Amino acid sequence: MTPKARLILFGMAVAAFGFVLVDGLAGLPAFGHYHGVYGRVIDGIGVTERHATDLVTALNFDIRGFDTLGEEFILFGSVLGVVLILRELRGESEHPNRHEADEHTFAGASEALRALGLVLVPALVALGVYIVVHGQITPGGGFQGGVILAAGPFAVFLAGRYLRMKLLAPHTLVELGDAVGAAGYALVGLGGLVFVGVFFKNFLPLGIAGHLLSAGQMDVASVAVGLEVSGAFLVAFSEFLDQAIAVKGGSQ
Amino acid sequence: MSFLPFAVAAWLFLAGLYGVVSSRNLIRTILSLTIIQSATYLVLLGVGYSNRAQAPIFADIPQTAKAVDPVVQVLVLTDIVIEATVTALLLAMAVQAHKRFGSLDPNDLRALRD
Repeated sequence: MTPKARLILFGMAVAAFGFVLVDGLAGLPAFGHYHGVYGRVIDGIGVTERHATDLVTALNFDIRGFDTLGEEFILFGSVLGVVLILRELRGESEHPNRHEADEHTFAGASEALRALGLVLVPALVALGVYIVVHGQITPGGGFQGGVILAAGPFAVFLAGRYLRMKLLAPHTLVELGDAVGAAGYALVGLGGLVFVGVFFKNFLPLGIAGHLLSAGQMDVASVAVGLEVSGAFLVAFSEFLDQAIAVKGGSQ
Repeated sequence: MSFLPFAVAAWLFLAGLYGVVSSRNLIRTILSLTIIQSATYLVLLGVGYSNRAQAPIFADIPQTAKAVDPVVQVLVLTDIVIEATVTALLLAMAVQAHKRFGSLDPNDLRALRD
C-alpha cells in the first residue's frame, strides 16, 4: 500500500472513529462535576480505616493491592522480554572496546559533568529511599521512588563512566533486586492469606497515621516494589546501553 | 470551558494516531504511541476531578476536606507503568529490527510484508 492510499484510508477511518470518540466524551459528566461513589467512600474512610494519609498509596498497596500484583508482574515480565529480545545473537560478541566503554565519547562528559554525577549519586539514592518509605504519608511510594533509585547509578553513566556504572550496579545485583522485589510483594499478599485468612488483607499493626511506621503492610509493600522497579529499570537500561556500547558484529 | 480537558485528550489521541499511521521511522511510531497513551491520563484525571477539591493527600488538610477521586489517580499510575514497559519492549524490538534490516523505516521491514 502506498503511503498516500494509507493516509486516505486513515482519513476515512478516523472521521468515523473521531465521531464515536467525541460522542463518548460528550456523554461524560462535565469537568469538575464528579459523580463517582468509590472515590468519595475512600476519601471518607482512608485515614480512619487504613491510617494512611496518602490515599493513592493506600489504594495502590492495600485496597487495590491485588491489582498492583498484576501490574508488578507485567513490569517483571516485560523486562524479561527486553532481556530476551536483546540477547546475544549469532555472530555477535559482547566485548566492550575498552577505551570507548571506559570513557565513552557520545555523552561528551566534561570534568564539571563528572563532578556533578558524583554529587548526584548519593543525592538521588537518598531521595529515592525517602520517597519509597514515606509513600503512605505524602505523595510517593515504591513505583515513584524506585525510578529515582534507578537514576542513581545512571548518573555515573551520564558522567561518561559506563563500566564504573556496572561496578556500582552489577548485572547480578540488579537482577536479584528485580526478582527479590517481585517475590517480596507477592509474599506481602501471602502474609495476609496466612495470618488473617484473606489474600492482600492487611496483617501488620496500623500504627498512628502520619508516622513513618504506619499504615500496616503499605511500607513493606512499598519497599518491595521500590526494589523491583529500580532493579527492573537498571536491567533494561544496561541491556540498551550494552547494545550501544558493548555489542559488536552480528549477521545482517 | 468545562470540556477543555476532554477536547485536549481527543486531540492528543487523534494526533498520536496520525503519527503512528504516517510514521516513516519506528522510533517515531513508538513516541506517537506514548502520545496516544497520554490522552488516557487526561481522560482519567478529568473524570475524577471535582470543582474546588484538593489532592487526596490528608497529611496537611483536615480529614473532612473535599478531595478528588484517588481511584482514577491510581489507574493513571498503573497506566504510566504499563506505558513504560510497552515502550521498553517496543524499543528493544526496534533495535533488533534495525540490526536485521539495517533500517528503521517500517516500509523496509520486508519479512513482515511477504
